[in-house]
Amino acid sequence: MAHEGPTTQRPGATASAAVRLEGIGKRFPGVIANHDVNLRVRRGTIHAIVGENGAGKSTLMKTLYGMQQPDTGRIEVDGTERHFRSPSDAIDAGIGMVHQHFMLADNLTVLENIILGSEPARRGRIDFAEARARVAAITASLGADLDIDAAVSELGVGERQRVEIVKVLYRGARILILDEPTAVLVPEEVDDLFRTLRRLVAEGATVIFISHKLDEVLGVSDDITVMRQGTTVAETTPGEVDRAGLAELMVGSELPSPAGRTTEIGDRVRLEVRDLVVPGPEGRPAVDGATFSIRSGEILGLAGVEGNGQFELCTALLGLRDSTGTVIVDSADLSAASTRERHEAGLAYIPFDRHREGLMLNAPLWENALLGREGNPNLVNGPFIDTAASRASTREIIDRFGVLTPNEMTPAFALSGGNQQKLVVGRALVTDPAVLVAAHPTRGIDVGAQAAVWDEMRRARDAGMAVLLVSADLEELIGLSDTIAVMFDGRISAMLDPDTVTAAELGSHMTGTHQEALA
Amino acid sequence: MTATLAAPTARLTRLQRLGLLALTLTAVMSVTRLTTGYDNLTSSGTIGAALRLTVPILLAGLAGLWAERVGILNIGIEGMMILGTWFGAYGAWQFGPWAGLALAVLGGMLGGLIHAVATIRFNIDQVISGVVMNLFAFFGVRYLSELVFVGQPQGGISQSPPQSSAIPRIDIPFLAGGSIGGWQSPDVLGWLEERGWFLLGDIGGVGKGLLANLSLASLIAVLLVPTSAWILWRTTFGLRLRSSGESPESAESLGVNVIAVRYLGVLISGGFAGLGGGFLAIVSSSYYRQGQTAGRGFIGLATMIFGNWRPSGVLAGAAVFGYSEGLKLVAGGSITGLFLFIAIVAGLAAGVAAMLRSTRRTSVAAIVAGVAVLAFLTVDEVPESLTQALPYVVTLVVLATASQRLRPPARAGVPYRPGGAH
Amino acid sequence: MTALDSPPTAPDTSPSRNPLDRILTPSRATALRTSGITVASSLVAILIALTISAILLAATGKNPIDAYTTIIETGASGNKLLEMLKRATPLIFSATAVAIGFKMNIFNIGVEGQYLFAALIAAEVGSRLDLPPIVHVAAIIAVAMLAGAAWASIAAVLKVGKNVHEVISTIMLNYIALSVIQWLFENFFRDDSDGGLNVKTTLLPDSGRMPDLVSGRLNAMFLVALATVIAFWVVVYRSRFGFRLRASGFNATAAATAGIDARRMTVTALLLSGAVAGLVAMPSVLGEAFAYGPNATPIQFGFAGIAVALLGRNHPAGIVVAAMLFGFLDSTSAELQLAQVPNSIVKVIQAVIVLTVVIVNEATIRRLNIRTAERARAELATGGAS
Repeated sequence: MAHEGPTTQRPGATASAAVRLEGIGKRFPGVIANHDVNLRVRRGTIHAIVGENGAGKSTLMKTLYGMQQPDTGRIEVDGTERHFRSPSDAIDAGIGMVHQHFMLADNLTVLENIILGSEPARRGRIDFAEARARVAAITASLGADLDIDAAVSELGVGERQRVEIVKVLYRGARILILDEPTAVLVPEEVDDLFRTLRRLVAEGATVIFISHKLDEVLGVSDDITVMRQGTTVAETTPGEVDRAGLAELMVGSELPSPAGRTTEIGDRVRLEVRDLVVPGPEGRPAVDGATFSIRSGEILGLAGVEGNGQFELCTALLGLRDSTGTVIVDSADLSAASTRERHEAGLAYIPFDRHREGLMLNAPLWENALLGREGNPNLVNGPFIDTAASRASTREIIDRFGVLTPNEMTPAFALSGGNQQKLVVGRALVTDPAVLVAAHPTRGIDVGAQAAVWDEMRRARDAGMAVLLVSADLEELIGLSDTIAVMFDGRISAMLDPDTVTAAELGSHMTGTHQEALA
Repeated sequence: MTATLAAPTARLTRLQRLGLLALTLTAVMSVTRLTTGYDNLTSSGTIGAALRLTVPILLAGLAGLWAERVGILNIGIEGMMILGTWFGAYGAWQFGPWAGLALAVLGGMLGGLIHAVATIRFNIDQVISGVVMNLFAFFGVRYLSELVFVGQPQGGISQSPPQSSAIPRIDIPFLAGGSIGGWQSPDVLGWLEERGWFLLGDIGGVGKGLLANLSLASLIAVLLVPTSAWILWRTTFGLRLRSSGESPESAESLGVNVIAVRYLGVLISGGFAGLGGGFLAIVSSSYYRQGQTAGRGFIGLATMIFGNWRPSGVLAGAAVFGYSEGLKLVAGGSITGLFLFIAIVAGLAAGVAAMLRSTRRTSVAAIVAGVAVLAFLTVDEVPESLTQALPYVVTLVVLATASQRLRPPARAGVPYRPGGAH
Repeated sequence: MTALDSPPTAPDTSPSRNPLDRILTPSRATALRTSGITVASSLVAILIALTISAILLAATGKNPIDAYTTIIETGASGNKLLEMLKRATPLIFSATAVAIGFKMNIFNIGVEGQYLFAALIAAEVGSRLDLPPIVHVAAIIAVAMLAGAAWASIAAVLKVGKNVHEVISTIMLNYIALSVIQWLFENFFRDDSDGGLNVKTTLLPDSGRMPDLVSGRLNAMFLVALATVIAFWVVVYRSRFGFRLRASGFNATAAATAGIDARRMTVTALLLSGAVAGLVAMPSVLGEAFAYGPNATPIQFGFAGIAVALLGRNHPAGIVVAAMLFGFLDSTSAELQLAQVPNSIVKVIQAVIVLTVVIVNEATIRRLNIRTAERARAELATGGAS
């Protein structure tokens, strides 16, 4: 039954497919998350699904696990068509999911977390002997070592993940979905995980494994499905493709063309960062010695798979988290400055998550537009807020950035995501900052609004602003940036020229395979 | 595997360690008693009073624990206890003491139900709901008193008529001189207490205080500690209950009905608080009086915090407060003896810490010992008004200094909306 | 001005000739609609609460119609106005103190301890001062505010320095305050001149007393209460500091990202809250008892203030109205008792009102949010169609 190792010969019979998805489509208001997705996972294999952020992998996996229902298409598990209304339907069909963000209760023990909801019991009393035996059998079959009486809070990330796997197997799952399982692991833990997965497969289980780390995918999987822009674009195997080829499949062979600029980059360095180190969890720095500078009128794009230190870098620049190193804006050393002082020195920020970091959803737009600018002398009268001026300034933002809203008294939650984002962008740009740190400035907004935001950013750049642009959107990165820095594993691993860079090159830098390929 | 073998041995040593600790503390207390001549420190009278004063605090602490373990803060324990005192007194006056306790539990559960509906069904802030509960209960029972108690003999707006009968009290045979079928068994502990020997005399006093003239209600209350622990840590219901206070999302993803479990937890919490109130009105006294709870609901919250959300910890915390209250009641002057007790214990702790080479702990314990010695030598009388603040000061000190050691349920106080609903 | 106030997509750009339209600009209409619905939902909640209370009354064998008739007739007679204002005065202080904390999601349950501590200290210090009349009163008020802030500062330090939640610390500090006050009073501040019969601090000299507005019926502290509410409105809704305070309450992460120092805001909010709490007992100390005394100084206003703040939705106008409502209900106690209805029903009604208002508000806000979003979309759709 079990297939060991990579196989190029694919059995054609449907019966041997553990999972078959045909023509799956899923829309959300304004977004097509999945369309025409086709996937066939052979039983007893490790099947990798690769793709960039936003390629639709997570949506697809949520569909397969019953967390949401597809609009079109059919799902077959073990040759039978299934309609999952909830995860418990999926569990009943033998599907288990290991989420990227673990679903564990920290203060309960490993054993308690595993058996919760399916406890072996006699008249309400938990049969701990039985529970231990069953969990021990599973851990033994995995060849894993797990202290089941420890509290989960005492475990490292790798062990927690193992608890999740055991939890899923305890409920009888034969098909395991792992959502970016290696994103949080250190290399040794990754090796352990892969050993575990191979053992599982050897015993007849099927593993679906979502990743964008290409070397891992090539090393461990039997089959690979590539997703791009919401759909499946290629099926391949590690035998048929190399890293460069896979990176190209992932990013797409056609890169958007860089929009040429008419103005020159200035000479004045407006932002200088030297040896910036941000401590991370478990001793590994989240940002490891970032050094770069941005001149007036320059846009430095920061590419990278999410979670490689971009968020930490930006928040450290804003003084929102502890860091060492030097940050200079317009020759003023801000290394020890507070967040407010940095704002006042001309550093503006478009945050990663507008709801969490950017907006007061229940406050009217004009108060949202005032946030962070309440020190601006034009908007205050001594210690008091100049309400009329603040509202007028908000109307200016609304007009200039095309925020669609009845008026400036409307609370922020009443706006669509795109219009909220335009307000956040407008708030940052209207102050004519020296340096703009823009994280995903056009994420989740429609094409028209996107063009408007880009125009405003170009205009501000041409007026001499320096921009650090973090983006996962290659069109945005290549279209706006003068230089593209790639961040991988907390380091700036490459500085690329958007005019000459190829998709394969960018892909391999972003997935960390470039250095190894050279070595 | 190894874990299977390790668990029972660890429990055994823990039990042994606890026994050793209790013995050491009793010995230190004995030394203190013999040095200062304050025989009341471990007399059966003091300990008996301490037990009576411990029980309501203990029940309030358990009430807090049951609610917070399912993820709902219960600031309204005081109010639910007030409901317990009133309904308990009413029930005991009308139908006898046992029915009184039962009504007290129901009265507390009524408060729990209101709190649960407000916080779980309507998702309003748990602290707000608790505060309003306290106001509602305080004035609600005043209104009821006016309707029911006013005009009754010795009854009034702030007081119920006295009850005619009480919960039976027993002496444990052979140890505390209880009788079996009319035959008077020996009173071993009482005999030991009278001798006043080092350690043995103290064991006699403590033992007799706990086991003689023991109200069945106290016995039940103390038994609720292991019962709570057993339910919470040994049954499927308990595991699901704790999981909905630790991580309701994962509990729900595994099929636990978080909402139902939370309702049950808060109802049980109300029941415990009501029982604590009933104890005050039926066992500690024989009538309801306005203000009878005197902030014990909040002391209960405090014991829950530094009992680290564990039943045994709540018992220990409640016992410390019950004991200091009891000593104050029986022999107020003996309180200064506690300074010597604290000094010796802190001195021993400093010694142990020094052996373990923990400089910080050694110095902290040494400073405590020094301050306690100084207090013992200089303070003749501790102002009553300040000792009353002790539980609250201790709570703040514990929260400020040892909060990283505390393990509150991770999601206590955070409203939860089930994700499957939409 | 009018043109700017209208939405950018509005089809009609000429200034309206209808004066009502000029006053009721779309932006003002949005704000008005929100507050209108808020007021309406509160009224509905109060009706529900009165119904529940009526059921409680009926269930306990009392005729709710009699009780409500008594309450209404008492109110209609008009002579209760001064008593209502008098009873509302400490509630306004207390609720304002609570609301300051609520504005940045800090729950100051410790108003009770803060105001009693402040009352003792202010009465004692005031009796020892020798100052000209107005200055003397002002000095006592300042001492009371400082003392209240000082007691609140313990909770602030514990929260910012040791991460102790203010709900727990202020509850504990309430009880500690009671002990400390008793100790200070019995041992140091009690006036022994009267052979131990006096259970008050030394009486304030005449220069330290606040005059009555209406002799024996309403003290001038009522005006101070109104001034405090106005100051609260100006500071919280109009000042830069107030904006930062509310921003931290709306979204602490976004506020920090915008450069607002959360720790400093927490400390300032708690100190301000404590300072206003210090005023709660001043109507008694400065206008009635002229001293602090365990039986002379009113208690429980801290908790009543939480109820009033919740009922008034932490808004200055709401607080005044809610305090008046509570003051009015309290003022009918005597008449209810005469009508054979236990007057504690008033307090029960108050508790039921608060709980109902909180629940109804929670539900209304959720529905209102959905409706506001829909309306915004609809307005855009009609505007865009032209």
